[in-house]
Amino acid sequence: MNKPLSITLENCAKTFTDGTRALEPLNLSIREGETIVFLGPSGCGKTTTLRIIAGLEEPDAGGKVLFDGEDVTTLPIEKRNVGMVFQSYALFPNMSVAENIGYGLKIRRESQAALRTRVSEMLGMMRIEALADRRIDQLSGGQRQRVALARALAVRPRALLLDEPLTALDAKLRDTLRLEIDTLLRRLNITAIYVTHDQSEAMALGDRIVVMEHGRVAQIGSPRDIYQKPATRFVADFIGTMNRLNGAVRNGVFTCRAGDMPWATAPADASEILFRPEDIQVTESAEGSTLRGTVAAAFYLGDRTRLFVEVGEKQPLVVESAARRDFSHGETVGLAIDPRGVLIL
Amino acid sequence: MRRETQRLILLLLPAGIFFTGFFLIPMADLFMIGGSGKTGWAAYAAILTDRNYFNSLISTLAVAAATTVATLIISGISGVFLQRHKFPGNAALVAMLTFPLAFPGVVIGFMVIMLAGRQGLIGQITQAVTGEKVVFAYSMAGLFMGYVYFSVPRTILTVMAAAEKLDPKLEEAARSLGASPLRVVRDVIIPGLKPAFISAGAICFATAVGAFGTAFTLATRINVLPMVIYTEFTLSANIAMAAALSFVLGAVTWIVLALARTAAGSTVAAAG
Amino acid sequence: MKNRWLFTLQLGFTLIVCAFLIVPVILSILAGLTVNYLVGLESGLTLRWVFEVWDGYRDTIFLSIGLSLACLAVTLVIGIPTAYVLAKRQTALGRVIEEMLVMPVAVPGLATALALIVTYGSLSGFRTSWAFILVGHVLFTLPFMVRSVLAVLSAIDLKTLEEGAASLGAGFIDRFRHIVLPNCRAGILAGSLMVVTLSMGEFNMTWLLHTPFTKTLPVGLADAYASLRLEIGSAYTLVFFLMIVPLLLALQAFAQPRLKKFVAEDDAT
Ligand SMILES: Nc1ncnc2c1ncn2[C@@H]1O[C@H](COP(=O)(O)OP(=O)(O)OP(=O)(O)O)[C@@H](O)[C@H]1O
Ligand SMILES: [Mg+2]
Repeated sequence: MNKPLSITLENCAKTFTDGTRALEPLNLSIREGETIVFLGPSGCGKTTTLRIIAGLEEPDAGGKVLFDGEDVTTLPIEKRNVGMVFQSYALFPNMSVAENIGYGLKIRRESQAALRTRVSEMLGMMRIEALADRRIDQLSGGQRQRVALARALAVRPRALLLDEPLTALDAKLRDTLRLEIDTLLRRLNITAIYVTHDQSEAMALGDRIVVMEHGRVAQIGSPRDIYQKPATRFVADFIGTMNRLNGAVRNGVFTCRAGDMPWATAPADASEILFRPEDIQVTESAEGSTLRGTVAAAFYLGDRTRLFVEVGEKQPLVVESAARRDFSHGETVGLAIDPRGVLIL
Repeated sequence: MRRETQRLILLLLPAGIFFTGFFLIPMADLFMIGGSGKTGWAAYAAILTDRNYFNSLISTLAVAAATTVATLIISGISGVFLQRHKFPGNAALVAMLTFPLAFPGVVIGFMVIMLAGRQGLIGQITQAVTGEKVVFAYSMAGLFMGYVYFSVPRTILTVMAAAEKLDPKLEEAARSLGASPLRVVRDVIIPGLKPAFISAGAICFATAVGAFGTAFTLATRINVLPMVIYTEFTLSANIAMAAALSFVLGAVTWIVLALARTAAGSTVAAAG
Repeated sequence: MKNRWLFTLQLGFTLIVCAFLIVPVILSILAGLTVNYLVGLESGLTLRWVFEVWDGYRDTIFLSIGLSLACLAVTLVIGIPTAYVLAKRQTALGRVIEEMLVMPVAVPGLATALALIVTYGSLSGFRTSWAFILVGHVLFTLPFMVRSVLAVLSAIDLKTLEEGAASLGAGFIDRFRHIVLPNCRAGILAGSLMVVTLSMGEFNMTWLLHTPFTKTLPVGLADAYASLRLEIGSAYTLVFFLMIVPLLLALQAFAQPRLKKFVAEDDAT
């Protein structure tokens, strides 16, 4: 196996010929062997960044792409030796599964024997031996995805680039394949860049996540950092569910329309607090609570109930309760917030 | 990327050189020659000012228009019918109807002679029945017949392709609302086929205006523009007038097709 | 029942149209094989007229076959790259180029031929060779090749497929050979059939472009119709039918969606 690659982007911006500014100047270094995930809403420039790394787009003048410190900015994709998995798979309809997987080796003029060995190795790795002679249009979505991965990996690329590889699949299959990809990437110890707009995918796969917004990086960090310490409101809202309450702090008590919340370490100037659904609980009884709201909607999910609690703010609070009881619409409930989970941005 | 643009330009080059050298430049030459005759640039107006040319223009346009209308009606009825009703023998009928697809104009002319010529079928039948032999191959009527013969196969194909894409649910909806078959045709089928009709009709019209082989086979006396151009060129050696007339003829057909294309949307193919 | 009645009416109409198209073909085939058409079939069947045509017009047949194959070669070589470029750049400029390429089909053949004569008529070596006719045929058939290849290329996600191949290390030549050409094979085949058929039957231009030494089959047909007896004209037509019927049948197979699918599946295995 090749030594894993480190990738550095210096000052990479992208303006398309029609004037669309897809990417603001971006600096990023990706360490060897790490899995980095680009996460962000549609149109934020994830694919564009990936394509710049792949060599399918050139950055605007002044931008530089370095592979292991070597400038590859003007090197076309076919000379970069990166594996790429496309959202639409881009499997060649004129070739069988085995021919697709062996194509990169054929281009590299590998011997027939070496080619055959490697192809069956890849078929085995993705557990699709039985499909070797199938035509592409005889494959299911999940099978196509496996072939696309096998094809990209067959040439032992220096890095693997994946652009929303699971978006076209149904939820169940997505979970299975996500696990497989995760195992694979860790086993191969390959530098991987994974584009997605699905935050749970990003959290599960990424060593680090790059959250993007309008062509800019909003935050780079480990999944835990991104979730627990979002750097901006955008990140806080985009990742997971965030509750917010407006109010003021006086004498260690945060007061808002829903009532009072004792908070010893409260900063004096906090006027809006943010917290996750798992940091707020429904108390045993409404009477004993200083913080109260009325149930606007309750969805029984089996293991818990997801409540939308009206507290006089713009958005109702999202609260998850494991209590074995029914909640009825309009019912008043008491609430308790764990101050350790409170964020101020 | 720049490299790719260069490559694409390179790939376009052979066709570009061929097309410029053998079409654009000759056409420009033709245009210049058209204005170099005795009458100068007035040659381009001759098609309107000269009584004989004008008459040929009118009869050319008339026969082309008649061909278009007749072809659209015939192909509309048979095309929709064959697309809607799959019965045993359907495929054979379609095969027969599209068989003459690539007959050249001369062969079409000969087919008309077989039907309506001096030794033709219609002549024989009418002689047997009424004692009088009906022969019309060598006239405008024969030409009309030939152009319809030429246009029906390709128009039927176009109509069938368009009818296949018509949503039968629209028709069912109209029926369920109580529309009579005639109203369904008028309100659902014809509007749905309109783009196909416009494009096929335009091609029909343009071919009928510019075709030469059929008229040539039937009779040199038939007074349509292509024949006039041919006569000017070969018999009168009036190259300038021939050039001016063919340039105008070319411009007219091209404009008809371009207009139809904008009217019917970009799906129109000038597949002739 | 009203629908039944309507069905019968339409079927009858369609059968009449069919007869209109097919009866003259049958008549002319018969005429080419009867001893004396005026007398009728009673005069007996013969191949005499066919042999006479073969003796007198053999050269036109070979020239037409040669021309159509040369025409095919040229349209393949310059048409496929053009279609590829138009598929890659679906811009306003691309549409203008496509529109221009179609002009020789839209403009009457007579005008194109006159234009060629006006410009190149004085190059006598060129004017009297079959290459002069070839130029006209290529102009006329090129758009059919370009369009049928372009139609297939626009239907597949060419850009992504090429990017996929490039990511595996394939340079432009490899991509063109392994990805572009195999994936537009159906379009190339359909276009080729069209080009050969059209070139074989082209008359409008050829009549002005030909010389006594470069007579094509349709030119010979026009000669025969004008100057020889009906039986010989018919026998000649019969020869023409024999040459283009296989092409037409193949073309029809492509015009029929079901058959088309069948062919596509067949050649993929
Ligand atoms: N070839 C192009 N020409 C012009 N604009 C483009 C081009 N490709 C992308 N864009 C624009 O650049 C911006 C960023 O696009 P990009 O494809 O990188 O977004 P993305 O984050 O991958 O979104 P998605 O999640 O929808 O795939 C978008 O506004 C898009 O419309
Ligand atoms: Mg994207």
